[in-house]
Amino acid sequence: MSAPARTIPIARAEPSGAFEYIATKKDELIGWARKFSLFPYPFVTACCAMEFMAVSATPYDTDRFGAALPRFSPRQSDLLMVVGTVTHKQAPVLLKVYEQMCEPKWVMAFGACATSGGFYQNYAALPGIDRIIPVDVYIPGCPPRPETVIDGIMQLQDKIARERHPILTREF
Amino acid sequence: MSAVFDRIKDAFAREAPGAAVSHGILVLAVAPADVLAVVARLKEEFGFDLFLDVTAVDWPGEPLRFEVVWHFYSTRDFVRVRVKTRVPEADPTVDSLVPLYGAARFMERECHDMYGIVFRGNADLRPILLYEGFVGHPLRKDYPKGREQPLVPYREDPR
Repeated sequence: MSAPARTIPIARAEPSGAFEYIATKKDELIGWARKFSLFPYPFVTACCAMEFMAVSATPYDTDRFGAALPRFSPRQSDLLMVVGTVTHKQAPVLLKVYEQMCEPKWVMAFGACATSGGFYQNYAALPGIDRIIPVDVYIPGCPPRPETVIDGIMQLQDKIARERHPILTREF
Repeated sequence: MSAVFDRIKDAFAREAPGAAVSHGILVLAVAPADVLAVVARLKEEFGFDLFLDVTAVDWPGEPLRFEVVWHFYSTRDFVRVRVKTRVPEADPTVDSLVPLYGAARFMERECHDMYGIVFRGNADLRPILLYEGFVGHPLRKDYPKGREQPLVPYREDPR
């Protein structure tokens, strides 16, 4: 007679009647899912890119917030991160990228230049991307500290969680 | 270094009588009509084979308002030379250096963007840093500091 095989006992998945169904609101459920699966599109034009890399890398790690996987196609992303100075010559490109993103979409102005033009007030620089596209969260700083960026992401998550998430949009 | 500069000064005694060394660079102030000939001799006889830059200086209120400035470098003698000329606002035209240096093609476009200097002989003076439809020359002293020419119309109610 051979010894019986030593196996780890597996709990039997039988319906117990407890926690089989939950009741929640549709907006809360969808908002909870969306706020932890932000796919950013980095529209990176200037020196803030260094800080964007720093906040994406291991010590600060935006992956903790579900916002780590940059999609380099606007059609696959739902968060437009405008990182750096946008000039008047680039403004049509930024607008086209924004228009190509599918709903739902959010926009983050990363750093002083994207927020307000920063210290550039001249013929070349766009004084804030909110002149041409709507912005959801502004991150100050020249460049912003990684903690500031993370705070901005968390504020955006709160905003998404509070938002309405219609299944049929106006454009549908 | 000074030996090369002395030879250049002697060679251009007629075109640039007041040639002097400033901050280690020999400065030749020449007439607009002499620019192409002087630069051709600098390149062929004195080995200034690297074209560094062309830019302009705006002196508002002066009869010859714009000063066009070129810099050249000699990879044989490791020295720099600066060539300057003055042109009036009504006709800010100088000869293009494209026949001598291919790199002049883009740099002259930039100078045309920013100062409105016309380079006779450069066939392609389209905007390179600015965009089509931009009115004026932003680095001229009389360009208003806050004047913007946006390509995308601004939103009605930016929050």
